[in-house]
Amino acid sequence: MRWFLYALPGLAFAALIVWVAIPLVRGDDPSDLPSALIDQAAPATDLPGLPGRGPGFTTADLGGEVMLVNVFASWCVPCLAEHPVLTRLAAEEGLTIHAINYRDAPDDALAWLGRHGDPFARIGSDPEGRAGIDWGITGVPETFVIDAAGRVRFRFAGPVMPEIAAERILPLVEALR
Amino acid sequence: MIPELGHFALILALLVAAVQAVVPLVGAWRGHGGMMAVARPAAFVQLTLVAIAFAALTYAYLVSDFSVLNVVENSHSAKPWLYKLTGVWGNHEGSMLLWILMLALFGAMVAGFGRNLPVSLKARVLAIQGLIGLGFLLFILATSNPFLRVDPAPLDGNDLNPLLQDPGLAFHPPMLYFGYVGFSMAFSFAIAALIEGRVDAAWARWVRPWTLVAWCGLTAGIALGSWWAYYELGWGGWWFWDPVENASFMPWLTGTALLHSAMVVEKRDTLKSWTILLAIVTFGLSLLGTFLVRSGVLTSVHAFAVDPARGLFILILLALTVGGALTLFAVRAPRLRGGGLFAPISREGGLVLNNLLLSTAALTVFLGTLYPLFMEVAGGGRISVGPPYFNAVFLPLAIPLVAAMAVGPLLAWKRADLAGALGRLWAAALATAIVVLASLFLVSGAPVFALVGIALAAWAFFGALVELAERVRLFRVPLGASWQRLKGLPRSAFGLTLAHAGLGIAIAGMVGTEMFKEETVVLMAPGDSTEIAGMPVTFEGVSRVEGPNYLADQGRLTAVVDGEAVTLLPEKRFYPVAAMPTTEAAIHTTWFYDVYVALGEPREDGRWSVRLWHHPLVPWIWIGAATMVAGGLVSLSDRRLRVGVPAKRRQPSAQPAPAE
Repeated sequence: MRWFLYALPGLAFAALIVWVAIPLVRGDDPSDLPSALIDQAAPATDLPGLPGRGPGFTTADLGGEVMLVNVFASWCVPCLAEHPVLTRLAAEEGLTIHAINYRDAPDDALAWLGRHGDPFARIGSDPEGRAGIDWGITGVPETFVIDAAGRVRFRFAGPVMPEIAAERILPLVEALR
Repeated sequence: MIPELGHFALILALLVAAVQAVVPLVGAWRGHGGMMAVARPAAFVQLTLVAIAFAALTYAYLVSDFSVLNVVENSHSAKPWLYKLTGVWGNHEGSMLLWILMLALFGAMVAGFGRNLPVSLKARVLAIQGLIGLGFLLFILATSNPFLRVDPAPLDGNDLNPLLQDPGLAFHPPMLYFGYVGFSMAFSFAIAALIEGRVDAAWARWVRPWTLVAWCGLTAGIALGSWWAYYELGWGGWWFWDPVENASFMPWLTGTALLHSAMVVEKRDTLKSWTILLAIVTFGLSLLGTFLVRSGVLTSVHAFAVDPARGLFILILLALTVGGALTLFAVRAPRLRGGGLFAPISREGGLVLNNLLLSTAALTVFLGTLYPLFMEVAGGGRISVGPPYFNAVFLPLAIPLVAAMAVGPLLAWKRADLAGALGRLWAAALATAIVVLASLFLVSGAPVFALVGIALAAWAFFGALVELAERVRLFRVPLGASWQRLKGLPRSAFGLTLAHAGLGIAIAGMVGTEMFKEETVVLMAPGDSTEIAGMPVTFEGVSRVEGPNYLADQGRLTAVVDGEAVTLLPEKRFYPVAAMPTTEAAIHTTWFYDVYVALGEPREDGRWSVRLWHHPLVPWIWIGAATMVAGGLVSLSDRRLRVGVPAKRRQPSAQPAPAE
């Protein structure tokens, strides 16, 4: 059994490599995960606002036009990476973006928005992550496209980088408009 | 013309690397002296060629040659020259070139300084270095050629990511890479030893200085990076458990373990397979650190190159290097025979505990960092685990590690008296108690966890001093005799004191800022005053200033710090070419705290949101890190460890105390 002990690091490493290689070799785009919510009405949500920022986010805010719902947190570094892109989508494309502030301290979230700008229309504060369960959130950031009828049409897990916005989100938004 | 020269030099370097990888290895196998001797000149030629390529790219940046794609994408003619220079490695292709330059530099250093290495060991070490270089040069030439041209050449470039245009970050990647690549030496020595089938005290003595060099570079690199994040990202945090930070922290943890376990191999001729394994793992993690960012498998603020297309190449390179090494380990390591036995309570036992805790800590960071990747494969999407996980799993490991750190050096080899060692630490215990009481007095109602942190910091710091005092038998023999002993101590003894005390200082800084920081956000109109940690701060107003390649709103605040008026000038910059805003915080630092101001957004009514922090002890994080690096350097200057010391140690006959 002694040899096994010495082979263990190699075997563990091999398992790791295979595990990591699967999506690379398959050419998966991991953000392509089908959400159970696609084409369903957005889950009922009623979240309080961040203190001093105005009303929170409820399902009633959805519908009427195509909107985005973004899930963010101040502790989430990828959120910072996508933030300028969301800001531009709101400012230049006139998109209404609502947000769920996920598992975050409201003060931290306000400070974060103060530093990096606040492109969001409504923000629902969800410090315990209860809305996260309804929306099927696996991590932060995530972005949903909601159509004019209030149905979820697309879900993107991960930061919305410029090419994602240009190739995936904007065409869909145009089509839905 | 110049870029083509660089490209050509890289291709030549690839060929030389192939020769350096194959010929000496065959020579060492067949005992052919001439073939083994090829390694040395090959290493020098390798360095020369890579240096030419690097110089060519640097030239293209400095003269803003916008016919080179890499320059177009990462530079701009209006950029200050310093950032034109640092732009060379502020992107994927250039940073890979820097990596390979470092690798060639280390190879040439072994070739130059390793005169006393056994011929076959040296040939094999250089051959392994050549192999690594071969893989990387292939990677650069096949997927990341920095010398590609664009035709027609654009009029100007796209500018470097403004976040990276900063002196702190300018020198962060070279230090970090110096550390990463430095661990390739330990790796090459480990593989060479596995091939030779021999690991002994002499081997450990050759490996340690290289590991120490790499460790110093990595420590300095991590510290610079955290300093940069602290003042540039504008939210006063110094560590975010970001994947890229973790990627540099993991090899630091295992590298620190390696430094300590190599000591056991050197002194006691045992823990050999473990040390070899650590060397392999440390370099593997360094490679992972290099690639984690590059491949874009994990997203981060630092990710200046996100290109999954390169992922597969990287993975294959990683699999071959680490997988090959671990296979060799599985086959050859069982034959390495350990020597000295030791009781659980002994210096060896202490170092084993150190190794276990450090490796477990590295493993938890590894799992936390790659967890998003696992989730992704399992169908969970990309996520960020965030600080809650790391604080929950890392701190419980760090606490016993630091607690034991003060005791370990006081234990004797083979079999030690724990009660005796603890007894000798009474002075450290007393000093720790005083510090904790003083903190309670200064900050009434301090949380228990903060007090534990402060106690650990003080324990580590005073423990290191007590160890030095014990060594010179301070107050047990006349002061003059202690002084004589102090002068006779090997430098590595001071290295230990500095490194351990430095960690104590750094921990104090971390605990101080995390537990006692104060922050406030206020809306201020010109002339308004507020207060942070009892210090009055007045907002004078905002003016528009123009930098070489940016526009900025510069706030002007006056704070009264320790009775003295201090002007703070935080900025919000906008870089038009990259269309990116950045925050430049204004920091006034004293020995005991920082006053940190960041300018927020303007309101319609002319008021500005201003964010103020009081960060107690935060400078100590970097003072501590600098002390640790100083410890490493002092230890490196020890003649025993100096590169190229003969295998048989010529120990001065009147060495008063054992080293370490």
